[in-house]
Amino acid sequence: MRVFQQTLKYSVVLLLTLSSSIIFAGSGGNGDHDKKGNPIDTQEEIKAYIKHHLQDSHDFTFYTDGQSGTHYGFPLPVILWDQGVKMFMSSKFHHGETVAQSGDSFYKLYHGKIYKTDAEGTITYDDHQHPTNVKPLDLSITKSVVGMILVSVLMLLMFSSLAKGYKKGPIPTGFARVLEPLVIYVRDEIARPNIGEKKYRKFMGFLLTVFFFIWILNLLGLTPLGFNVTGNIAVTVCLALFTFFIVQFSGNKDYWKHIFWMPGVPVLMKIILMPIEILGMLTKPFSLLIRLFANITAGHFVVMSLIALMITMKAAFGPVASTGMSIVLSLFISVIEILVAFLQAFIFTMLSSLFIGMAVQEHDHH
Amino acid sequence: MDQLLNDFSPGLFFMQAIILLILILLMRKFAWKPILDSLNDREEGIQEALDAAANAKKELQNLKSDNERIFNEARTERDNMLKEARELKETMISEAKEEAQAEAQKIVVKAQETIASEKKAAIADLKNQVANISVDIAEKVVRRELTDKDNQLKLVESMLGDVTLN
Amino acid sequence: MYNLIGAGLIVIGGGIGLGQIGGKAMEGIARQPEAAGKIQTAMIIIGALLEGLAFGALILGA
Repeated sequence: MRVFQQTLKYSVVLLLTLSSSIIFAGSGGNGDHDKKGNPIDTQEEIKAYIKHHLQDSHDFTFYTDGQSGTHYGFPLPVILWDQGVKMFMSSKFHHGETVAQSGDSFYKLYHGKIYKTDAEGTITYDDHQHPTNVKPLDLSITKSVVGMILVSVLMLLMFSSLAKGYKKGPIPTGFARVLEPLVIYVRDEIARPNIGEKKYRKFMGFLLTVFFFIWILNLLGLTPLGFNVTGNIAVTVCLALFTFFIVQFSGNKDYWKHIFWMPGVPVLMKIILMPIEILGMLTKPFSLLIRLFANITAGHFVVMSLIALMITMKAAFGPVASTGMSIVLSLFISVIEILVAFLQAFIFTMLSSLFIGMAVQEHDHH
Repeated sequence: MDQLLNDFSPGLFFMQAIILLILILLMRKFAWKPILDSLNDREEGIQEALDAAANAKKELQNLKSDNERIFNEARTERDNMLKEARELKETMISEAKEEAQAEAQKIVVKAQETIASEKKAAIADLKNQVANISVDIAEKVVRRELTDKDNQLKLVESMLGDVTLN
Repeated sequence: MYNLIGAGLIVIGGGIGLGQIGGKAMEGIARQPEAAGKIQTAMIIIGALLEGLAFGALILGA
């Protein structure tokens, strides 16, 4: 049974790696970069493809036929706030090739971002090749938003079924048996020791939600669906800000005293320590957001680069050797990424609870 | 850093904040609260059951020792009662013996006293009688002597034969 | 170019730090195998803090 499970696990990983490589090898990327009729094979194209993958996108493309340039996938709704709500499907952009008209405004998709343009879709650039066109507030249901909604629905279904299971009896059955130890793990290993027996209960909602949200999103990023939600800076900024505000709002008198007027040190030191403490207050969420973002982005980058080895190394080693090397290496990294997916969720939750614990703990030694 | 700031999408941030907020609220209401409550309940239930088992065990132990104590007490009481009874019996017997002895002593003493006094009286009586008889004999002897010596002796002899020492 | 050198320096520093953390944790676990769980958790937290620092520097430099 155990051997069977192991085999199943590894074959799933293998399948995922293989399918992502197939999509990668066959895809022509988005309209900005692909040269129709040619599969991507140069370093620059691969770099651009990876960069495109790491970014959010306004449509859901599973596979692009390099020969005909057809994209297989479905468009997602675009919602813009530009003097009123503008709503249309992203198919209007034709993957960035055409200008979309909504009302009397024109929008163009350029490098995964929507710019307001004139009817011809002209984009003006500044010295650093950044477009200077106006960016309307983009509240679209992008691929990341779809991923988040998917995970949210999944979490609600899974955990409400676990919650309902307790009405039948104290011991959960079926899949809930897998979920229960995870909840207990977060409670007993992360929240309780860091926040304290008396106060941990209040923060459990946030910690559990964030833990499973990040973990499932990380795992979703490893599937060939091509999500990269937690490797998106806006997402991690939001998560870290939640932690930041929760820490600040739950901070007690002692916490603020330690920041602005450190007890037990000379007055001069108090004055020197104040800006350092304030800086520390701000760097905590910053390190949280950078860590999650960089880990996931780096993971995606490495996996995709290793998959791309089969193209870049084809000239040097021949097709069979390069493909074999690529599969072995990306399989190895994918397995590590599965660990990292858990580890990052764990660390984010752990550090959040550590910061909360620092803010709410009672200092009775003064 | 530039690249990152450029990549930062305010729209996605906004959507994420809304989704996460709603998710936290929903999960709290529909999942975490009931799950944590039932986990707590279950753990408390297990703890209570364990405590109750420990208590029951302790009580059983207590009961056992109680029983033993009561049994021991009963036994010692019985032993005591037996001992008391035996002692009582012994004292009663010894008392009775003593009393009896004392009584016997008394009786003996009385009897001796009576015997002594009777004896005294008898001796005194005898003395009197002897004296009387002696006087009588003497009288008769004295009277006969004056008449006939043989007769006198016969007389004395007969008279002596008459006399009983009692 | 310079930021690549900087990135290399960051990686060297981070590697030394991680090596220290991992090595000391191993020593600790070898000395007290029953405390392995606690040591591992502490190790991961410190590692994460170091990682945050290194990544922060990398991102700022890039």
